[in-house]
Amino acid sequence: MKALVKITLKNGVLDPQGKAIQNALAALGFTGVEEVRQGKYIEIRLAEANEAKARAAVEKMCQELLANTVIENYAYELVPG
Amino acid sequence: MKAAVIVFPGSNCDRDVKVAIEAVTGTPVVMVWHGQASVPKCDLIVLPGGFSYGDYLRCGAMAAHSAVMRDVVAKAKAGTPVLGICNGFQILCEAGLLPGVLQRNASLRFVCRDVWLKVERTDTIYTSRYAKGEVIRIPVAHGDGNYFADAATLDRLEAEGRVVLRYVDETGRALPEANPNGSQHNIAGICDPTRRILGLMPHPERLYEPLLGGIDGRRFFESMAATLAA
Repeated sequence: MKALVKITLKNGVLDPQGKAIQNALAALGFTGVEEVRQGKYIEIRLAEANEAKARAAVEKMCQELLANTVIENYAYELVPG
Repeated sequence: MKAAVIVFPGSNCDRDVKVAIEAVTGTPVVMVWHGQASVPKCDLIVLPGGFSYGDYLRCGAMAAHSAVMRDVVAKAKAGTPVLGICNGFQILCEAGLLPGVLQRNASLRFVCRDVWLKVERTDTIYTSRYAKGEVIRIPVAHGDGNYFADAATLDRLEAEGRVVLRYVDETGRALPEANPNGSQHNIAGICDPTRRILGLMPHPERLYEPLLGGIDGRRFFESMAATLAA
């Protein structure tokens, strides 16, 4: 089983990298880009076959290490593989 | 005063802070590798500057969960003073010993220069030899020093007087122009409610003797030596 984890900045948290990307897109001539927020994407292959147990494990991983919940939100899905 | 400096893979100010402490206190400093299960009994634990674990994931995130940090957190909670400088401040936040987080500098640039700091509190182990409100010059060198916390946390820090150091201009005004990284409230250093745990982005160990170009950082170490001498 694989966990696909997405980590994003919370609303209201300044994202200077997203801002720089937005400026670069504008410089390239892409118009109408209203906002860019940058995040992280992490794939984790798990030995666990039981979905409920896998979910509990990934939840704990997000809480303890993968995301800093002061500034970040996380979301994940479990897929075969 | 017996001090221990924790060394993570990627720490690069560990020897600087060791040399500064030894020069001021005259007592050898113990260096503790991150994989060790415990820190020897000491009066002060220092988390040095650097780029622990290559700043992977988030600055300080990996280091905060390394083997030795379990004991550092336990000892900190039991009352051992802990000083985190630069990457050490990031680690203290990631380990939950201090609130908030240090984000990428608002300019997106690595900032390496001297800054002016106002010493807001002198009743701490680390700042007792400064005058309250004194403006001092200390170098910063970081890409992620932009202090962020939610509004309630900031209010609490201010209400409890836990902002120990603030970025100011030469005359002591906390203006946006004096802020090198975008930190909220121009925060350069904060302490825990007991004032035994201090995290700061600037590097006092880089300005502790005249050969380095100044001595404004020296009194940090003299403060610690005086308070923790017994």
